[in-house]
Amino acid sequence: MTVPLAFTAADVARDRAAALERLGVPRGIAVPAHIEALYDSAARLFAATASPVGVWAEVSGAEFAAVYEGEGRNAPAAPLAEIHPRAEHLALFAVTIGAETGRALERCFADQDFALAYTLDAIASVAADDAADLLERGYAESLRASSWETPDGDVLRYSPGYCGWDVTGQRKLFARLKPKAIGLTLTESCLMQPLKSVSGVFVAGPRAIHRFRPTYPFCDRCEERTCRERLRTLFARREPVTNPE
Amino acid sequence: MTVLAEIAQAVIDGDQTRVGDLTRRALGEGIHPKTVLDDGLVAGMNVVGDRFREHEIFLPDVLLAARAMYAGLDELRPLLAQEGIPSIGKVVIGTVQGDLHDIGKNLVGIMLKGAGFEVIDLGHDVAPERMVDTAVEQGAAVIGMSALLTTTMSVMGEVVALLKARNLDGKIRTVVGGAPVDDAFARRIGADAYGFDAANAVDVVKRLVGRA
Repeated sequence: MTVPLAFTAADVARDRAAALERLGVPRGIAVPAHIEALYDSAARLFAATASPVGVWAEVSGAEFAAVYEGEGRNAPAAPLAEIHPRAEHLALFAVTIGAETGRALERCFADQDFALAYTLDAIASVAADDAADLLERGYAESLRASSWETPDGDVLRYSPGYCGWDVTGQRKLFARLKPKAIGLTLTESCLMQPLKSVSGVFVAGPRAIHRFRPTYPFCDRCEERTCRERLRTLFARREPVTNPE
Repeated sequence: MTVLAEIAQAVIDGDQTRVGDLTRRALGEGIHPKTVLDDGLVAGMNVVGDRFREHEIFLPDVLLAARAMYAGLDELRPLLAQEGIPSIGKVVIGTVQGDLHDIGKNLVGIMLKGAGFEVIDLGHDVAPERMVDTAVEQGAAVIGMSALLTTTMSVMGEVVALLKARNLDGKIRTVVGGAPVDDAFARRIGADAYGFDAANAVDVVKRLVGRA
């Protein structure tokens, strides 16, 4: 079953501090008034141009194993290779902020309004992740509604291009999910268009299956290190994703 | 405060209207366009760059200053061209073939211009031949390449190899940057340098052209 979901711009552009952080403005400081004003202008432009939409489709373990294998270019050892066989449910997903925000960005650059362009870019990047979060929550709720009762069960997402899952994995993912229906396509070099998009797999199962030590060879070169934060957030969640019935 | 110091301050303040007005005033007072550029606009951007490196200001401040500087540059460009005054160096920049991310590359271009370089921005999805051909045609000293994907970063090696095949290595220098790229990768493909961020890329390019 393929499930498309649409959101509003306001749903996905909620974390002002995260967007400002992308512009080098640390959390917790008093943000200068001119940067606040810039953010507000960019947020208005985002609201006027973004049309976030996502889609997910459940896959079997065997189907996902084939998608994950991709073109055989994954790291020899990677967290998802050990996690996905222990999943109870899997779903491929993709979300996009839509093409119009990208066009607005281009216009800002053409007008030499660089500060507005970069602020809009930061908001759109954060919003793409927010949209993926919302879709992930929607998937978890749909599992809950269908009597998924695993104690301490939860959903966490993984994407090609991260943690040893080679970006060429996008090809099989796109072939199976067909996100063109929401306006999302893949270039020859495995780049999603529109750029502000996220794709990957939702992995549902006991939280413990997601635990891993970031000591893989590629971890040394990783500058993002978001895996720690994602796991911390996962284990900090209070409400278990189980059917309350 | 001299008009040049006022221009520099207006650049630092990100006040594009004032930069445009002051640049016209300086030219009206008979100050040479190159002096206005070096001691007004670039001087202001140098302060902005230093403050950014020291984390005293944020990226939006740099971008507001750059836009203000461009208001002055727009006034100077025809005069500089008319007098045949060269920039401190020409740099061809682009995101490599197959890659459409250009937000980082654009920032490098903005900051290079702010440092006084002439930048020929080829945009994104640029084929190796086009990078090299443009650098030759334009007499560029440096090619700056950006990639955000592991699937496209190998194209940087193709550009370096093409320069070598045409006996241009050493004449046209190369600098690479982008999320999946690091110093070791730059060395492996034979690039002349790696820029870990936009401000560093400017320093690296200055070093490559002997203006550090």
